[in-house]
Amino acid sequence: MLIFEHSRPGRRNYSQSPATTTTDTGNIPKNLLRKTPPLLPEVSEMDAVRHYTRLSQKNFSIDTEFYPLGSCTMKYNPRACNSLAMLPQYISRHPLAPEDTGQGFLACLYDLQEILKSVTGMAAVSLTPMAGAQGELIGVMMIRAYHESRGDTARTEIIVPDAAHGTNPATAVMCGYKVVEISTDKEGNVDMAALKAAVGPQTAGLMLTNPSTLGVFEKNVSEMSRIVHEAGGLLYYDGANLNAVLGKVKPGDMGFDVIHINLHKTFSTPHGGGGPGSAPVGVAERLLPFIPVPIVAYEEGKYHWITEKERPQSIGRLSAHMGNAGVLLRAYVYVRLLGADGMHRVSEYATLNANYLMVELRKSGFEIAYPTRRASHEFIVTLKDIKDRTGVTAMNLAKRLLDKGYHAPTTYFPTLVPECLLIEPAETESKETLDAFVTAMKEILVEIEEQPDMVKAAPHNMPLRKLDDVKAARELDLTWKPSS
Amino acid sequence: MPFIPHTAEDVAEMLASINADTIEELFDEIPADLKCGRLEGVPPGLSEMEITRLMMERAEKDGLYLNFIGAGAYEHHIPAAVWQITTRGEFYSSYTPYQAEASQGTLQLLYEYQTMMASLTGMDISNASMYDGASALAEAALMAVRLHKTSNRILIPKTVHPIYRSVVHAIVSNQGIEVVELPYCQESGQTLSESLAAFGQKEFAALIIPQPNFFGVLEQVDALTDWAHSKNALAIGVVNPIALAMLTPPGEWGSHGADIAVGEGQPLGIPLSSGGPYFGFMACKKALVRQIPGRIIGRTNDLDNKTGFVLTLQAREQHIRRSKATSNICTNQGLMVTAATIHMALLGPEGLRRVAAQSYTNTQALIEQMEELAGVKRVFSGPVFHEAALSLPLPAESVLQTMKEQRILGGLDLQAHYPEIGNAILVCATETKTAGDLKNYTEQLKQALNS
Repeated sequence: MLIFEHSRPGRRNYSQSPATTTTDTGNIPKNLLRKTPPLLPEVSEMDAVRHYTRLSQKNFSIDTEFYPLGSCTMKYNPRACNSLAMLPQYISRHPLAPEDTGQGFLACLYDLQEILKSVTGMAAVSLTPMAGAQGELIGVMMIRAYHESRGDTARTEIIVPDAAHGTNPATAVMCGYKVVEISTDKEGNVDMAALKAAVGPQTAGLMLTNPSTLGVFEKNVSEMSRIVHEAGGLLYYDGANLNAVLGKVKPGDMGFDVIHINLHKTFSTPHGGGGPGSAPVGVAERLLPFIPVPIVAYEEGKYHWITEKERPQSIGRLSAHMGNAGVLLRAYVYVRLLGADGMHRVSEYATLNANYLMVELRKSGFEIAYPTRRASHEFIVTLKDIKDRTGVTAMNLAKRLLDKGYHAPTTYFPTLVPECLLIEPAETESKETLDAFVTAMKEILVEIEEQPDMVKAAPHNMPLRKLDDVKAARELDLTWKPSS
Repeated sequence: MPFIPHTAEDVAEMLASINADTIEELFDEIPADLKCGRLEGVPPGLSEMEITRLMMERAEKDGLYLNFIGAGAYEHHIPAAVWQITTRGEFYSSYTPYQAEASQGTLQLLYEYQTMMASLTGMDISNASMYDGASALAEAALMAVRLHKTSNRILIPKTVHPIYRSVVHAIVSNQGIEVVELPYCQESGQTLSESLAAFGQKEFAALIIPQPNFFGVLEQVDALTDWAHSKNALAIGVVNPIALAMLTPPGEWGSHGADIAVGEGQPLGIPLSSGGPYFGFMACKKALVRQIPGRIIGRTNDLDNKTGFVLTLQAREQHIRRSKATSNICTNQGLMVTAATIHMALLGPEGLRRVAAQSYTNTQALIEQMEELAGVKRVFSGPVFHEAALSLPLPAESVLQTMKEQRILGGLDLQAHYPEIGNAILVCATETKTAGDLKNYTEQLKQALNS
């Protein structure tokens, strides 16, 4: 039942809005005034609380289920991060309030900038990007600004491996670049011959995720850096998988010129059912002038914003204010709770969990896409043979996992491995959970052999059975109407 | 070990299964010369008690102010239930609803949100939200250029929020799009369609129309919308969602309605929080649905013909289309929209109308009181909603400084963005201000002007 179907004309919550009954609209011309009220529900507070509490119970979440979702780093979101970011002084601070009324808030942001610089090995960090894709956009905009500032306008291409997230090529296009895709070798590394063939005076840069979305570390990253830099291009680091190497390798040491970090992955800010994200960008020395504003500086005992005035070559502003400030505060609390030791442990235990789960699933009869490689913090299972033999697909298995109380792994990404499941058990999961997951996977393997049609029709135990995506796209129904 | 559950026995058993001696061995594919060793510059970890102390000390240092700044971010009362429900783990810690059967809560909520926003803006459809108001406007401009096909020129009045203008410029200029700024009438504070003839001689893809505009002034949206349509361009409304409880929605502007409506969703239940996270909303006419960026939820059926909800029209998006997507955007602001939907459900049409009416009334009262002070007067003659520009007889900076010492944030100094106006501030009084607050404000302003 939709909230609108609980609605009764004239029902309302008297305590939550002003007591005023005035309809005075003074000197506002009639044609500017709304004639019919908007279609909002008229429900009691209790109706609304019950309705949305019940809706929440139809969701899987980290707080209720194991979420082995590859490349998404679904780790536990500590509650202290939320409660401390929501202290009244932080949440009631106006974004345009003067700097001297927000020294405590700015201190948190400044500290976070410094810590992120340390762990990434970059010269400076800007906290403004509001999501991973916006971090990418800003990163590629800086690459463009750098080349243009040198009068180097012949660079029209961005190189992207075929295993990359879809946001990489889409971002390059939004920055006016042509995308050149390069292939992957059998071991899951970028094909070096393809890279060498692709670079040239037209190369603006290379976008790379390392460890890659295939769940393996690009061993040749230093060589790739040399090839791209010698051609005059720059190196972009997509930080989607930073969790795998936090405290082990710094992107700056790998030769990257610009990076983004997904705070909603590595630094445990909540995914919130699809946002808000937050993706600070880090730059090497040569891109410093172009970094987006505002950033926080500390001088003479005071924190203050650095703006376009101090950074005239900045690519500018990408959000109305200071990015997702509340997300930044949550990440700050998290990094302070972890400290240096805790950060080293993040990648260590994420990698331990991934390798353990990979080995256990292999022992249980699943085919691993890159069996000769170590898992980073994630790895790929391919169901190609199973599908060829039984017709059961990766999506069928994913849906059957929902029945058993596990969120599905990432399916059909990366696209170059057929029938793939990208599995990432974050460091916050216990051995018992991983073992129980393996048991569930083994059960499904038996079910695939014995009752393939049952698996193909999964899920069976969820509030709804398989949903009709084709109908949704063909007969668009995007808003509720009173008659419907 | 914070947030890591492994016991020593677990680690030993896991390593034995992997056939490795140490955890470090699992990193043996990383070239040794790339390993960083100990992290320098990261302080040691704190306990929850210690970080609580630190965060509270810093919060207390910042304190609380009586705030009269608006300028794109507005203080409104948020019912207690909004964030208590929003921060339930099942909303807070869930992922993007790609697995529809395990995400019906978020998906249904987003469908309800789309319905509420489409109705509030008077449009046919809404997406599931964007990053914030400024980036939503930039995406609307890109959408208009994709739809127009022959022109890549966008007209944007100077009465649009100055930071929105710079964000639009930063985002669209990468694609060779020309952004032309339009002048405003110095007397009324409005963008007048009769003064736009010169800008309409060359083809353009869209005219952006703010309502209310940055000065709080209401634009003549009917004339502007019709003018854009007469030039074969789209009309994009940038609107305040609270104001829409009182003002004509973009879908009803002019003879045919605006084509796209965007705006900052923050006033709908999102705290000011120093600028974010907020959310942007975007709604449009049905004919444009395949060009709208961002996530969209559709209603459909399951195998048993039961109603359910899914992400739909994903063929527009980056994870399918890659370099040919409508946008690189991968996220919406799910949690913020969760709060906004609950907020709108709790307020209902009458509650939202009252918030708008009281904000309007308070601002009118504040302006009247301020204008009684010598040398203080409204800068523009156009009607306002809940914000207005007032000129002062002294430099705004020093006046605001004096008021701040009394713990009042007296408004935004307009000097930086509109030097032509002289000493002036932008002031906003929402429904959160009492008669006593307004009196206190005027009294402190009076003293600041006399000091």
